[in-house]
Amino acid sequence: MTETLKITDLHVSVEGKPILRGVNLTINRGETHALMGPNGSGKSTLGNAVMGHPGYEITSGSIELNGENVLEWDATERARAGIFMAFQRPMAIPGVKMADFLRHATTNVRNPDRKEGEELIPMRQFRKELTEKMEHLRMDVEFARRYVNDGFSGGEMKRAEILQMAMLRPKFAILDETDSGLDVDAVKLASQSIAEIGGEQMGILIITHHDKLLDRNAPDFTHVMLGGKIVETGSVELAKELYTDGYDRIRAAYPEAAAAEEEMSETATV
Amino acid sequence: MATDLTENASLGEINKYDFITPSHDVFKAEKGLNAQIVGQISEMKQEPAWMREFRLESFKIFESKPMPNWGGDIGIDFQDIYYYLKPANEQGRTWDDVPQEIKDTFDKLGIPEAEKKYLAGVKAQFESEVVYGSLQEDLGKKGVIFTDTDTAIKEHPDLLREYFGKIIPPSDNKFAALNSAVWSGGSFIYVPPGVKIEFPLQAYFRINAEQMGQFERTLIIVDEGAEVHYVEGCTAPMYTTESLHSAVVEIMVKKNGRCRYTTIQNWANNIYNLVTKRAMAYENALMEWIDGNLGSQLTMKYPAVYMMEPGARGEILSIAFSSKGQHQDAGAKVVHCAPNTKSRIISKSISKNGGRSSYRGLCKVEDGAVGSKSNVVCDALILDPESRSDTYPYIEVDEQDVQIEHEASVSRIGEEQLFYLMSRGLTEAEASSMIVSGFIEPLIKELPMEYAVEMNRLIELQMEGSVG
Repeated sequence: MTETLKITDLHVSVEGKPILRGVNLTINRGETHALMGPNGSGKSTLGNAVMGHPGYEITSGSIELNGENVLEWDATERARAGIFMAFQRPMAIPGVKMADFLRHATTNVRNPDRKEGEELIPMRQFRKELTEKMEHLRMDVEFARRYVNDGFSGGEMKRAEILQMAMLRPKFAILDETDSGLDVDAVKLASQSIAEIGGEQMGILIITHHDKLLDRNAPDFTHVMLGGKIVETGSVELAKELYTDGYDRIRAAYPEAAAAEEEMSETATV
Repeated sequence: MATDLTENASLGEINKYDFITPSHDVFKAEKGLNAQIVGQISEMKQEPAWMREFRLESFKIFESKPMPNWGGDIGIDFQDIYYYLKPANEQGRTWDDVPQEIKDTFDKLGIPEAEKKYLAGVKAQFESEVVYGSLQEDLGKKGVIFTDTDTAIKEHPDLLREYFGKIIPPSDNKFAALNSAVWSGGSFIYVPPGVKIEFPLQAYFRINAEQMGQFERTLIIVDEGAEVHYVEGCTAPMYTTESLHSAVVEIMVKKNGRCRYTTIQNWANNIYNLVTKRAMAYENALMEWIDGNLGSQLTMKYPAVYMMEPGARGEILSIAFSSKGQHQDAGAKVVHCAPNTKSRIISKSISKNGGRSSYRGLCKVEDGAVGSKSNVVCDALILDPESRSDTYPYIEVDEQDVQIEHEASVSRIGEEQLFYLMSRGLTEAEASSMIVSGFIEPLIKELPMEYAVEMNRLIELQMEGSVG
């Protein structure tokens, strides 16, 4: 049976302000989806809501993983069920070494029933695997001893997120602008890695403004978000159109969503 | 769900310290405090007249001083405490000499095992008296003295008298006066010139009886070019009524000497821990205090370094962890009395479940202490809205040509940090615990391996069951 992440008529508010206004999206494991749309259209909000950020209030709609309602689960349980998000701006955790953090995370995700205080995966096995993955991503071994995202450059943060994805091997991954802040070579390496890790194993939702990440991860579907809704879905050709021509055609075609976008940008506090 | 399991599982661990030893006291002074009891303690110990006079004089000072009106809420009834309790007749030189039930206590606390593995000497104090003492033979041959302070009066009277009560006189504060009147036990250490002790000397203080006061008195003299690392641990079982621990620690570090004093204080949460600790560092000497406060109901403790001669240095690292019903009023004092002296204070505090942590520090530079430098960093982490953190930095500078830096930060454990870690499969409790251990990591890495492990374990225990 194909595994599925299904989002139905999802409405999400942040600090009482409606951001998502009825999102429908179904991702099957093995598919790659691109999510595009202007800044502030709600792309990251969708990612955070799926991952279970407590600050994102689901006012109606549902998110289901293989038919199970995930809204009752906290982020921990969602992660252990195989959902992953590569963050646009991952948090720094000073004093906590990447390796220690990843060893906990990897153990928990691979053994979802693990209780606190139970054994972690053996150090030797973990270290071997981590080193391999880091070499693959051309990361210095010293990286494992650094504190999580503390003082990382933009590129290092993004690579660290991909490293985590490689270790956790999720079923479904949301990559929130994993290409931003990377130079051309780094994007190439990142997109190659995503393709290798992803392959047929994951359902991937790539949130991006650029075409580079999609080069090696040709989306099966491209979705356009505007004013908190997915207004159009197409093929890889749609993605190409959007990064060359921008969103004017979309705004003209969906005046209601464009009005919502305007309203959202006026109330935005940023 | 998972939280319940952890809470139950962790109880057994916390109870590691919370057990009562049925002991047969050899002598117990009457409850309460008056000049007669002070005299009786001196008599029991068969002390010389000067010490008896010192005690009685100190008792007068204690009576004349008001309770401090700052710091924490000290709700002590001085008449409701036992001031002297002698648990054994003789001090053991091997663990087999120690009464079985007391030996069992220290076995449970892991002291004999630690002694075998990585200590150069051990003192174990149970109630008022040191019941066990050891020192590696080669150190004894080099002239190192590591004994309890009562024995030192008899065996090293001149050396002791030269320094005793000189660094912290009884008139310093009410609790220093109290200790001076009723003190018992504690360590006396002398390290001869040039002798460097590689492994730590450890003292372990255990309060077992209810409504007990423990007043150990420690004096450490590090002679020129000598080095020592002294470590103390403290625990007590949990009773319904409070007990009092009020120690005085005096340290003298002579020219080019180095002394590091590490405390991992894990008293039960109904102990008043009111301690005066002070060191004097002479030319190019280094004094380091590493002060971890996890237990007690109220701790008021501000380890001090007086830099008496040029080039002296003082470093104080302080960790305070306060949970429900606890107030850690901890900090540091550095006093620059000579040119080109340097001090550094790093304080990290964590408050959770309604606990309160305060940093209270003094940096004083006297006139003429040119070229002195002081750097103070205090960071506080607050885990929930019920908890509290305060900072009281006092700076008194009477010299122009100095460099003083003070940084303070308070942060609440971030929802974003928690979410990030949880999105990687960590539970909320694991995530907070990881953030906290990261927060104190800069201090933990200063500890010797064994103590770092112990400290991490204690912090984990404090964190368990804290969320949910």
